[in-house]
Amino acid sequence: MAENGIGAPVRRKEDKRFITGAGTYTDDINRHGQAYAYFVRSPYPHANLNGIDRSKAEAAPGVLAVLTGDDVAEAGWGGLICGWMVKNKDGSDMRAGNHPVLAQGKVRYVGDHVACVVAETYAQAKDAAELVEVDYGPLVACSSTADADQPSQPQVHDDVPNNTVYNWELGEEAAIDQAIAAAAHVTKVDLINNRVVPNAMEPRAAVGEYDAAQESFTLYTTSQNPHVARLVMSAFIQIAPEHKLRVIAPDVGGGFGSKIYIYSEECICLMAAQKIGRPVKWTGDRSEAFLSDAHGRDHVTHAALALDADGNFTALKVHTKANMGAYLSLFASCVPTYLYATLLAGQYRTPQIYCAVDAVFTNTVPVDAYRGAGRPEATYLLETIIDVAAKELGRDPADLRRQNFIKPEQFPYDTPVALTYDTGNFHAGLDKALEVADYSNFAVRRAESEARGKLRGVGFSCYIEACGIAPSAVVGSLGAGVGLWESAKIRFTHTGVCQVLTGTHSHGQGHETVFAQLMAEKLGVPIDNVEVIHGDTDKTPVGMGTYGSRSLAVGGQALANAADKIIEKGKKIAAHLLEAAEADIEFKDGSFTVAGTDKSKALGEVVFEAYVPHNIPQGLVEPGMEEGAFYDPANFTYPSGTYICEVEVDPDTGVVSIDRLVACDDFGVIVNPMIVEGQVHGGLAQGIGQALTENCVYDSAGQLLSASYMDYCMPKADDLPSFEVSNTMTACSHNALGVKGCGEAGAIGSPPAVMNAVADAIGTRIQMPATAEKVWRALQANKTSQAAE
Amino acid sequence: MASVSMTVNGKAVTEDVEPRTLLVEFLRQHLGLTGTHVGCDTSQCGACVVHVDGKSVKACTALAIQCDGAEVTTIEGLANGSGLHPMQAAFREHHALQCGFCTPGMIMSAVDLLENNADPSEKEIREWLEGNICRCTGYHNIVKAIKACAQDMRG
Amino acid sequence: MYEFNVRRPGSVELAVSALQAAEDGKLLAGGQTLLPTLKQRLASPSDLVDLGAVDELKGISDEGGAVKIGAMTIHAEVAASDVVRSQIPALAHLAGHIGDPQVRNRGTIGGSIANADPAADYPAAIVGLNATVHTNQRTISADDFFTGMFETALNEDEVITAVSFPKPEKAGYEKFPNPASRYAIVGVMVAQTGGQTRVAVTGAAPSVFRSADAESALSSNFSADALASLSVSAADLNSDIHASADYRAHLVSVMARRAVAAAS
Repeated sequence: MAENGIGAPVRRKEDKRFITGAGTYTDDINRHGQAYAYFVRSPYPHANLNGIDRSKAEAAPGVLAVLTGDDVAEAGWGGLICGWMVKNKDGSDMRAGNHPVLAQGKVRYVGDHVACVVAETYAQAKDAAELVEVDYGPLVACSSTADADQPSQPQVHDDVPNNTVYNWELGEEAAIDQAIAAAAHVTKVDLINNRVVPNAMEPRAAVGEYDAAQESFTLYTTSQNPHVARLVMSAFIQIAPEHKLRVIAPDVGGGFGSKIYIYSEECICLMAAQKIGRPVKWTGDRSEAFLSDAHGRDHVTHAALALDADGNFTALKVHTKANMGAYLSLFASCVPTYLYATLLAGQYRTPQIYCAVDAVFTNTVPVDAYRGAGRPEATYLLETIIDVAAKELGRDPADLRRQNFIKPEQFPYDTPVALTYDTGNFHAGLDKALEVADYSNFAVRRAESEARGKLRGVGFSCYIEACGIAPSAVVGSLGAGVGLWESAKIRFTHTGVCQVLTGTHSHGQGHETVFAQLMAEKLGVPIDNVEVIHGDTDKTPVGMGTYGSRSLAVGGQALANAADKIIEKGKKIAAHLLEAAEADIEFKDGSFTVAGTDKSKALGEVVFEAYVPHNIPQGLVEPGMEEGAFYDPANFTYPSGTYICEVEVDPDTGVVSIDRLVACDDFGVIVNPMIVEGQVHGGLAQGIGQALTENCVYDSAGQLLSASYMDYCMPKADDLPSFEVSNTMTACSHNALGVKGCGEAGAIGSPPAVMNAVADAIGTRIQMPATAEKVWRALQANKTSQAAE
Repeated sequence: MASVSMTVNGKAVTEDVEPRTLLVEFLRQHLGLTGTHVGCDTSQCGACVVHVDGKSVKACTALAIQCDGAEVTTIEGLANGSGLHPMQAAFREHHALQCGFCTPGMIMSAVDLLENNADPSEKEIREWLEGNICRCTGYHNIVKAIKACAQDMRG
Repeated sequence: MYEFNVRRPGSVELAVSALQAAEDGKLLAGGQTLLPTLKQRLASPSDLVDLGAVDELKGISDEGGAVKIGAMTIHAEVAASDVVRSQIPALAHLAGHIGDPQVRNRGTIGGSIANADPAADYPAAIVGLNATVHTNQRTISADDFFTGMFETALNEDEVITAVSFPKPEKAGYEKFPNPASRYAIVGVMVAQTGGQTRVAVTGAAPSVFRSADAESALSSNFSADALASLSVSAADLNSDIHASADYRAHLVSVMARRAVAAAS
């Protein structure tokens, strides 16, 4: 193994700046002459916008400009588009509604963007924002996911009848109904997948700049995908041609999906900068984040699982209503469809699956992909209904799962919901997790808890997920507006520095380290000689960014392919220098060697020759050492795993504490085990948060009740245990690195494990989050029903 | 405007500020010390934790004027010019950070914990971190780093 | 925040003059509630009178029968004080669980009780331990101090200078924290002081209150068992997204039992 190559727990190269306070996040950037923006947001969930009087605000101290929807209309800008077309059952197109950059005619959620005040200081902009007089005509709001498509509900968009974005389906309903009718046992569940708020710790921010001489814009922004931002802003919103818009995402303080999308604030900073001829900065505060960052999840689902007399799953039928919020965010439409229904086979051989999804508009913040995106919702449904079935049939939940697993020899496996799993070994994952969890002694621990007056439960979750959405031709046929390949470039300098330029962008994942490890592995370059360059559309090749656990599986493979091209070219030069045939040159550990001899040239020497080609004959190779690659995978990657949770419940208060969480994942080949473990830890915390504490609550009038950390319960250190993380391994078969992706697994696998453990402890199934009061009420209801019996 | 003087990372500073200027704004905007971050507006996330007269406080919930005459240490001054403070080194060694945004506040808080309790248990560490929210790490490695640092510092 | 002036007097007397001179003055103690309130633009005082430089308001002393705590004493100091820990451990425990360590390093006892947040911890200590609030004008007994939600008996230019806690024979405090803010959803202080039993509940209602039922049950038998059949009415209790009135009523019983069990 190369030093610091694949498999080494290399300490992160990027950490030095973060632990010393020297990171550069967007709000740390200050441009000469910069002014400040503050947004006027709708206090109403739904209202006609009868008029805006900006005169008082314009006259306030320090104010440089006040922008409204009229300015956006005048500029001829397009709306904030949704980039994925989903079709209705009848083949017609979904109804996306219009999403103006600043509200026009109507506001549709509390927090909707009404106007922007630009002033010399942030405080002045905020002061003046209160002087913008907005004439709202309040309307009744629609805030219920379950009821949004009822005819009695207010219409969020006039051109979207019954607030229905689409009625989509996968599979054949009639066949499923037959299978269910013929089943020996049918288990039914009604589930709510609670709405959550991503809450990256760095609030969104943007600095817009306009160069009048060049007629070009620069945008510093908190983005997971600067090239996608540039593409959307250029091609759809039409702010400027792509070569006149540079998007830079410096250090990004977490995203979890919420920084994929294109938001009003960053667009308006550009408009304001052009208008006042000075850079304009906007920094969101946490309250604004709650009111404007795309939220996650928010499904209401009814499902039925059919089993034969032996406990084999025979059919699964699912009907889900998915809340899109007030506007269709960038990828919102694909989350409850192609990232959800396609995962409903899970790790199982269920032969027939049908899923119908109704996506609805409501007067709430737009909902889009949040860590896991669709896959946590699918896993929660599947792993819950199987657990309920096991309980109803008196089966051990682990055994029932194992019985229905796809067998190791069945890979590649075509599921009935359009995916082909290339590799996996679900039995191995379950076995290892059971061993780590010491499942066989659970009864002893339960008795010990009971002796202390506590209720103990154990819960399982066997998840599969799909990462690195691809290939482009397939996603295109499913409605994606873009290709989902990735790019990389390797540029050596004269002195042997290896610059890696990637179209992905880290917002905490440690790309600067992991991609350097790939260079160490592939090219034998010491990691300190590798510089990873990302997050700047002027510097890096066009790329699609970081989300969906794709950076290594897609971007990393692109980089590995570029390294192969470096080796190929290097061999030609080395063969010449070593006076050998190119076919006899081997490359290993950073050196080109003539096979079977000790004659060799280090990569650095070859690179130098490439840049100073005094001895290279004309026509052998081009000078220089810079190679790029674009990589479009043949399939998704399929990480999988088993999570086992043990909880203890205090019956007096209903408080649930997680005593143990065992996670055993198959991520394929692991490049940096330390970073991978960290990704799992973070995902687990978010999944546990969704299961136990986090809940984004709107009241029936459409006001957001959980709008700050005073009311939205983020998991804190003392809410969580130390985690027990391990791995099994089957290599991905269709990328040469054998990697699968690890960023979302924890958030996908953990909610059902926790909720199944809670249900096991209290003997009743409740909806997420399992707050103390809900658990206590369930226990009270149990007591009452026991007393009645 | 009001004149505020304090010692920040060992250096005497005096600035004219609006009375409503928060300590964190004073540090970030007036002194350019952008290592102290702002992650919320209700005094919960702890991204802004600095030391004022040796105690950890939230710089978003103190006026600069209230700190007139105080000694303030930020993440930039923690190592006191000598490479890394042991807590900074422990965070790197144990992968206690991912996006890095909560990290400065987390480290400043952890250093204060060890000032108060040289040998904290896992439970005590987790309880102390009540005022610091991390969304990336699940706290697992943060707890590990603090525990390891405490052990190293005890020698 | 809206614009305001800040005054930093060096004495209580000067603080009072500054307050009187201001158009709409407000005292600033530790600022852990006031500053977030101002940041949300929920208040717009013309002047803040910062008590941070008033040294006479700081410190803890053992006065024989009572422990006296200066109004500007921070929670962390109360929690760590040898006097408090040895004489009224329940008070040290309470102070050590307010907010988080950074809040405890700035928040003060005077600021907390003057604000009279219905979910704050200190009001349970004031009432449960039958403390006396000292001001620049008078002394106010615990039962007279809190008059409603965010309301106290303090006059406009009255400044809390200290709080005296009589030393109890036994006291205990338990709280059920709000999982998000960690304020008290329910907090119960139980105490036996000079033969008298007090049970004060914070977080559950618009203002701290005493539970007569719990007090009478405990006066004859100061044990958790004595509260086994305690039933608290949910009428008039708070209800929000974190806890309904019913659940709060239940928690009052549970926390009261646990406070008695923990009392020392």
